[in-house]
Amino acid sequence: MKPAFTIAALAALALLGFSTWQGLYVAPTDALQGDVQRVFYYHVPCAWVAGLCFFFNFCASVWFLFRRNQAVDAFALASAEVGVVFCTIVLITGPLWARPVWGIWWTWDPRLTSTFVLWLIYVSYLILRKFATGGQGAVLGAALSIFGFVDVPIVYFSIRIFRTQHPQPVIAGGENSGMEIHMLHAFLWNLLAFTILGLVIVWARYIVQRVDQAVDDAHKAAALRQGGAA
Amino acid sequence: MSAPGFASVLRMTIAKDLRMEWRSKDAINSMLFFSLLVVVIFSFSFDPTAETSREIAGGLIWVSFLFAAVVALNQTWARELRSQALDAFRVSPAPVNSLFLAKALGNMVFVTVLECLMAPLFTIFYNLRALGNWKLLPLIAVLGTWALVVNGTFFAAMSIRTRIRETLLPLILFPISLPALLAMVNGTAAVLTGDNSPIIWIKLLAVYDVVFTTVCLMLFGTIINAE
Repeated sequence: MKPAFTIAALAALALLGFSTWQGLYVAPTDALQGDVQRVFYYHVPCAWVAGLCFFFNFCASVWFLFRRNQAVDAFALASAEVGVVFCTIVLITGPLWARPVWGIWWTWDPRLTSTFVLWLIYVSYLILRKFATGGQGAVLGAALSIFGFVDVPIVYFSIRIFRTQHPQPVIAGGENSGMEIHMLHAFLWNLLAFTILGLVIVWARYIVQRVDQAVDDAHKAAALRQGGAA
Repeated sequence: MSAPGFASVLRMTIAKDLRMEWRSKDAINSMLFFSLLVVVIFSFSFDPTAETSREIAGGLIWVSFLFAAVVALNQTWARELRSQALDAFRVSPAPVNSLFLAKALGNMVFVTVLECLMAPLFTIFYNLRALGNWKLLPLIAVLGTWALVVNGTFFAAMSIRTRIRETLLPLILFPISLPALLAMVNGTAAVLTGDNSPIIWIKLLAVYDVVFTTVCLMLFGTIINAE
């Protein structure tokens, strides 16, 4: 294991411990929502990490189509997988908060619907990567990733019109505008911790994927040698 | 020998596909029968002749066309795999985008024929009557169908190269198509109920069509030559 990775992983763990303490003990309890508001410190940073990962995936995919570099493809796949994991966390922590505050687990509000569609698009990317065999998986995946990324603004926009045309019933609660200073600190610490955590996981997944690719190449080379001998 | 021109490849591929379909009628028959089944199955879940069903009719019509279109989309490239026709095309100097456009236009014809045949049946079975401007319906249908077939033709070329082939197409096509479907369903519902204007949805479909036709044409060469 590279020392740089070990240091980054330890830093992520330490930061995560500190930010969890900040979020659970230092930040004051919300006057209206109570302790359930604390999910905010995990929910929003996870959404940010998911968005960041999907953006990395898009950049790596475009780069791959130009350069055909296996390492870039490994990074694209790693970031898409981690993005889906964090997006799943967002979709789980959201309803956990919504149930006590809104009184319902789920509502088809623009932001929820868009996030869900985003999740579906990147899951379909992972499905394609799973079933595309050999080297073409990387190319097909990169193409689908571009489709997905181009689709995201259209999804957000279309769902916004959809919901403004049919107004939602008024929902009690919602995010408080402006944050108490300790809450803001806790939030920013968590944002930093989760960003580093996300990057470290992408890095780890990238290392595994590179090993996978090396094993694949070795298998191919061995098959070629055997074919030559026969 | 000079390379075949864009227009001639386009014309010949469309003519060939239409002729094959005309003689076999494989795709259109399966699509029609499938849509008919959808009409019947949906009629079990609610009273289709009730006034309120007008609000969900837009969704029903497009869901049935969407699923039926997958039949045509899947066989687009499958028939080119026989006798390695697709590989032969790849080594030929013919422009790749002409092949893509020909396939997309061919699918457009198949799905449009299906829609023209099914629309009267839907109208009769579901007792439909447009309360809005019905002249906008063909426009929504054309824009919406193109949105489905342009991406569908592209993704069919992708899914044909994977391990599970046809099974993959809906899994990758539907998520990307969700905004187009939203626009089609709501545009159609707006015309049928006459409650609000479908213009915004038509604009959205037009933008979607332009954006994704461009992306498809840019990436098709890459996909077809992926190794």
